[in-house]
Amino acid sequence: MAGETIASAAIRPDTDIQGFFGFSRPQAIAFLVLVAVVAVSPFLLYPVFLMKILCFALFACAFNLLIGYVGLLSFGHAAYFGMGAYIAGYTAKAWGFPPEVSILLGGAVGAALGLPFGWLAIRRAGIYFAMITLALAQMVYFFCLQAPFTGGEDGIQAIPRGTLLGIFDLSSDMAMYWLTAFVFLAGFLLIHRIVHSPFGQVLKAIRDNEPRAISLGYRVENYKLVAFVLSAGLAGIAGGTKALVFNIATLTDVHWSMSGEVVLMSLVGGLGTVFGPVVGAAVIITMQNYLAEFGAWVLVIQGAIFIACVLAFRRGVLGEIAHALKVKL
Amino acid sequence: MSDTILETEGLTKEFRGFVAVSDVRLQVRRGSIHGLIGPNGAGKTTCFNLLTKFLPPTRGAIRYDGRDITGMKPAEVARLGLVRSFQISAVFPHLTVLENVRVALQRHRGGSFDFWRAESVLKSLDGRAMELLEDVGLTGYAKVNAGELPYGRKRALEIATTLALDPVMLLLDEPTAGMTHEDVDRIISLVKRVAQGRTVLLVEHNLKVVSGLCDTITVLARGAVLAEGDYAAVSANPDVQAAYLGTDPGIAGGGH
Repeated sequence: MAGETIASAAIRPDTDIQGFFGFSRPQAIAFLVLVAVVAVSPFLLYPVFLMKILCFALFACAFNLLIGYVGLLSFGHAAYFGMGAYIAGYTAKAWGFPPEVSILLGGAVGAALGLPFGWLAIRRAGIYFAMITLALAQMVYFFCLQAPFTGGEDGIQAIPRGTLLGIFDLSSDMAMYWLTAFVFLAGFLLIHRIVHSPFGQVLKAIRDNEPRAISLGYRVENYKLVAFVLSAGLAGIAGGTKALVFNIATLTDVHWSMSGEVVLMSLVGGLGTVFGPVVGAAVIITMQNYLAEFGAWVLVIQGAIFIACVLAFRRGVLGEIAHALKVKL
Repeated sequence: MSDTILETEGLTKEFRGFVAVSDVRLQVRRGSIHGLIGPNGAGKTTCFNLLTKFLPPTRGAIRYDGRDITGMKPAEVARLGLVRSFQISAVFPHLTVLENVRVALQRHRGGSFDFWRAESVLKSLDGRAMELLEDVGLTGYAKVNAGELPYGRKRALEIATTLALDPVMLLLDEPTAGMTHEDVDRIISLVKRVAQGRTVLLVEHNLKVVSGLCDTITVLARGAVLAEGDYAAVSANPDVQAAYLGTDPGIAGGGH
C-alpha cells in the first residue's frame, strides 16, 4: 500500500532518537543523570536529608501525574500521603509487618481512599475540583485527629524500620537509603510509563481538549478516575516510605499545608514535565533544611520564591530548561 | 433499514425562558449531505449541540438509526458512529499531528486503560494514521505539534481525526468558518469526498458553501424551521431571503 510506504518513511527518523524504556534521548540522558545523583549523593550528603527529598520527589511526581497530564489540580493530596504514612507506620509498629508490606499497604490504602474521593471530585473541574479535594482531605485530617490508632496529637512514634524481605536490616540509614532510592526510582519509572502509555495518550488528549476527547467516544470520567487512583496510591507509597525513614507518622503529614507544599514543589520544578517535580522537591526540601535557622522566615522566603517562579519562569526550573533546549523532559 | 438516519421531533431548548431552539422537526436522509443554515443567532449551534448530546434538550426526542438517543451521553452517541466536529477548531494542541489522529484510532483497540504498556504498541496504528493524514494533505506535518498548525490545516486535521473513527454520520459545525478562499474550496472538496458512503449534517452560516454541497437544506430562523428543500427551492423562498437580507426587521434581528 502506498500509504504504508509513506508512513514508514516518515516514522523512521523518530525511532532513531528513541532512548530506552520509552524515554526519548534527552529524557534518557536526564534519567541516567538522576540515577547517578541518587547513587552517589549518600556518600557526600546526609542520607536522611536525601531520603526526605526522595520521598517528597515521589509524592510530587504522583501529584504531577494529575495536574500535569490530566489537568486536575488536587488540593488534598496530603490525605493520601498522610494516610499512607499512618497505615505503614501502624502496621509496622503494632502488627510487626515487614517494611515492604507496610509500604505497599500504605499505597493500597492511599489508592482505596482515592477511589471514592476521586469519584466525587472528578464530577467538577477547575477550582471546584480543587475545593472538593481539599474538603475531603480536611475530613481525613479530622479523622486522623480523632481515630485511636493514629495517636492523635502525638502521632505514631518509634516506628521500626524492620528487616526488608527478612534479609536486609534497615536500621542503618544507608540500608534504608537504598530501599528509599529503589522505591523512588520504581515509582518514577511507573509514572513515566503511565504518561507514555496508550492510557497516557488519552489522558493528554483529555487535558488538551476534553470536549473533543468526549466527541471521539472516550468516557473521560473513567480515565480521570483511574489517573486519580494511581496518583493517590503512589502518594500513599511515598507517605509510607517517609514514615519508615523518620520512624514517625504525624498530623503534619495529613495537614492541608502538606497539600500546598506538593503544589509548590511541582510548580517550582515544572508542571507537566516528568523530571520537574523531582527538581522542585529537591529545591524546596533543601531550602527548608538550610533555612531552618531563620524559623518562621522560611515561609516568607518560600512565598517569595513561589511568586518569583510564577512571575519570572512559569514553566518551572526544569520546564524552562527543557524549553530553552527545545526538548521534552 | 429506514431511509431516515437522524430524526428529531419537537426538539426544544430553553435557556432561562429564552427559547433558543423551538419545536424543530428535522429528518436527515441516509447517505445525504444535509445543510442546517440560518442567520446569526438562529439556533444552529444550539441545535447541533442538542443532536450530539452536548446539551440536554428541554423537550422533544432525537432518534438516530431507529434508536432513541435523547437520554444518552455524548461519548455514547459517538460510540454509535455519530461523530461531531467543533466550530472552534478542535485539535489536541500539545500532541503531534500524528498523535491527534492516532488517539482517535486508539478507540478501535478498546478502552486503552493499559497504563502499564509502552506507547510503542501504538506504532501499529501509525500506518493507518499516515494514510488519513495523506488524505487531507498533512503528511509533511506529522511530527509537528497540532497547536502550531495554521488555522486551515487544523480544520483539515480535525476532519482526519473524525474520519479515523470511521463514523456512520458526520456532524460538522461550520467547517469553513474563518477560512481563506483557497481553504474553503479545499474543505468543500474534502467534505464531498468523505461523504461517500456516509451521512453528513453540516451547520453553515455561508449560503455559498452549502449551495454546491448539500442535497437538502433546512433553514433555521429564531430557533424554528423556516424552510426546507434543495438549494434552488430554499434560495427562492421569500421568507429565507428576508431572513438573510434583512428586509423584515423582525426576522433579521431575531435571536440576538
